[in-house]
Amino acid sequence: MTITIEYYLILSAFMFLVGVAGVLTRRNAIVVFMCIELMLNSANLTMIAFASYLGSSVGQLFVFFVMTVAAAEAAVGLAIIIAIFRNKLTVNIDEINILKW
Amino acid sequence: MSLEVILFFIFGFVAAVAAVMMITRNNPVIAALYLILNMASLAGLYLTLNAQFIAVAQVIVYAGAIMVLFLFVIMLLRPENEKKFLESNPKIKIFAFVVAGFVFVQLIYIIFFSAPSNILQKNLDASVQAGTIESIGNELFRNYVLPFEAAGFLLLAATIGAILLAKKKIE
Repeated sequence: MTITIEYYLILSAFMFLVGVAGVLTRRNAIVVFMCIELMLNSANLTMIAFASYLGSSVGQLFVFFVMTVAAAEAAVGLAIIIAIFRNKLTVNIDEINILKW
Repeated sequence: MSLEVILFFIFGFVAAVAAVMMITRNNPVIAALYLILNMASLAGLYLTLNAQFIAVAQVIVYAGAIMVLFLFVIMLLRPENEKKFLESNPKIKIFAFVVAGFVFVQLIYIIFFSAPSNILQKNLDASVQAGTIESIGNELFRNYVLPFEAAGFLLLAATIGAILLAKKKIE
């Protein structure tokens, strides 16, 4: 028995959809953010798996850039959550609806 | 069974279980700790895929820096616990899980239908060579210099933006 690339792809698909289910069901803005990180991680796993099976380092380079964007996104997103908390004293996304029409 | 198979199943199982535990805990601190466990086991998977540099970066950047930021914000804001999972709005949640399960079945079908392992057979030497810091650095500073500079600029912009957004008052 050898580990083919399908195993990694299935694990990655599972993690991505757990992240999707988390984003749709959770009501805490910070936890929704963590679910987005989970989805980014599963995409990273796909890219690393393909890079390794192709014998190319370009896929790993893209994971490096995805990590950069994830760090920037986490910093800005958490700052926005802090700013919202200061105004509304909650991080429940059902109560943050001032942009709703 | 070879070591690669055993390691894949251990790390993959831990990653999958930690992901599920993360979205079902109602205390955000415990959810964050499960996400750290998930990222650590992903770093182990990267090592079995011969991506040493990315594995180390995963532990330092994700499990270290980003998750510490998350934990800081969770503990600063002290958000109240959510209601028990699936207790509030159970219909919407069941709908979300049905959608996620449907897409998962579709993805599984696509993966087995296209069968990438027929084309992609692992070339161990090329795979080990691709994961070294040397080859990544060569690629990064020869062919991808402009994206690298853009990433640096993006981080600078994010730093300034985060400070500006989290500041109390803008004069």
